[in-house]
Amino acid sequence: MKNVLPILTVVAVIVAIWYVAAIPMNKQWALDQAARADTTLTTGALVLETWSQERPRLPAPHQVVTELWSSTGDLALSGSAFSKRSLILHAWYTLSATLLGFAFGTTLGILLAVGIVHSRAMDMGVMPWAIASQTIPILAIAPMIIVVLNSIGISGLIPKAIISAYLSFFPVVVGMVKGLRSPAIMDLDLMRTYSANQTQTFWKLRLPASMPFLFASLKVGIAAALVGTIVGELPAGAIRGLGARMLSGSYYGQTIQIWSALFAAAILAAILVGIIGVIQRRILKRMGMAQ
Amino acid sequence: MGTWDVTTPVIEAKDLDLTFRTNDGPIHALSGVNLDIEKGDFVSFIGPSGCGKTTFLRVIAGLEHATGGAVSVNGMTPDEARKNRAYGYVFQAAGLYPWRTIAGNIRLPLEIMDIPKSEHAERIARVLELVDLTGFEKSFPWQLSGGMQQRASIARALAFDADILLMDEPFGALDEIVRDHLNEQLLELWARTEKTIAFVTHSIPEAVYLSTRIVVMSPRPGRITDVIESPLPRERPLDIRDTPEFLAVAHRVREGLREGHSYD
Repeated sequence: MKNVLPILTVVAVIVAIWYVAAIPMNKQWALDQAARADTTLTTGALVLETWSQERPRLPAPHQVVTELWSSTGDLALSGSAFSKRSLILHAWYTLSATLLGFAFGTTLGILLAVGIVHSRAMDMGVMPWAIASQTIPILAIAPMIIVVLNSIGISGLIPKAIISAYLSFFPVVVGMVKGLRSPAIMDLDLMRTYSANQTQTFWKLRLPASMPFLFASLKVGIAAALVGTIVGELPAGAIRGLGARMLSGSYYGQTIQIWSALFAAAILAAILVGIIGVIQRRILKRMGMAQ
Repeated sequence: MGTWDVTTPVIEAKDLDLTFRTNDGPIHALSGVNLDIEKGDFVSFIGPSGCGKTTFLRVIAGLEHATGGAVSVNGMTPDEARKNRAYGYVFQAAGLYPWRTIAGNIRLPLEIMDIPKSEHAERIARVLELVDLTGFEKSFPWQLSGGMQQRASIARALAFDADILLMDEPFGALDEIVRDHLNEQLLELWARTEKTIAFVTHSIPEAVYLSTRIVVMSPRPGRITDVIESPLPRERPLDIRDTPEFLAVAHRVREGLREGHSYD
């Protein structure tokens, strides 16, 4: 309970700053409207006006929350949770590509890390490419992946998942290389005194020792996977997914829609990271390694 | 095992040399080391840091390889001996794997050495009893004190019935009260199991209290300066350390160490 107060304080401060910021951002439009109607606005009326526009530059928090509710819970209560304008539906499209991409990325990341740790050639040959891959702006490469895959007849979930995997494998590689190399020299010497082979050393020492590193990487990885999916939804003119909602929002100047899709994505990311956190605690506790 | 003669030393080092190549030039870690360790001996290596005592132990274990001379363990090269499970090694820190319980840690060498599963429980119970840790099978290492962890690591080294126990300053990180207690227990364990023990230490009382022979070493290059046969009986209560015999041996070790130091 003690933790709730500081959290609420921070949230309250952010919301307050947000409301205040909305006033100058949306003021001009309100003033123009008033001038056009030949009326003058009192300060109070102006402030209220900036918080209730239909297409504000910066929507006020309650507008975003209302839109979020009307496109999720409200629809669900009225039995149309999976209608076209439901964020639940769009979040599901994004989530499925994210999970697939995350599974790809994690598998690839772990395999690369195992190779890098066991082979000097891979250490020298793969790591620079892995780093280089992340220096290329994903926004530049995402449309190319989608176009190329489309031209060979692959569309829908897979191209988005590949972009998502492209972003999420990297933290897993870096974390797992560090994790698999984390055993102390003494721990490795112990294995040598048993004449253990590489396979035994891997399964009985390196892999268990890497678990805390793996989970830290997975948390970064799943968030990156979600970003990758959303980026993958943007350039193709997609009509499904949270990215598509953001895109169509920006086409039609529906800022409230953009922001609510943004929040839906953030909430989704928080839930995913939270789930990994729970799994992490369970597994590390069972392994006697809980912090 | 046991095709070799009883009088053949268990560990035999002849003109042993080891030079490490480093970026700062070669380091002469061991030079002209000759030593025989008989079956059932408790031999301590003592000397200042850099005298090569740990390196010598690692050469016996096959963790380092001599650049000159020869070592044999049970009549084999150190690498062959290691593959034949000739020795259990106890490190400076307990080095228990934190994700395994105490029983799980002791099971580790049994799993790696393909010892039948049916024997595991019995072996674990037996070695835990030897180090007085019965009842801690399901504990995780962090739940045990430093001294108990080190005892668990000794149990782990005993689990696969090696005849030789190589111990590298196993009690160096523990406080003196715990160390006294563990020394007493180690002697008891040695008497019960009749292992051959090679023990690295930097504590004179520890070396004198435990050993049948004390090997005094000195640095630059690492070499043996004195080998002292202990006149003390094998049965040693803690208060033997106040007897004139004990003090005489301790004095000789101290003299040997001082002599080694006069070179630099």
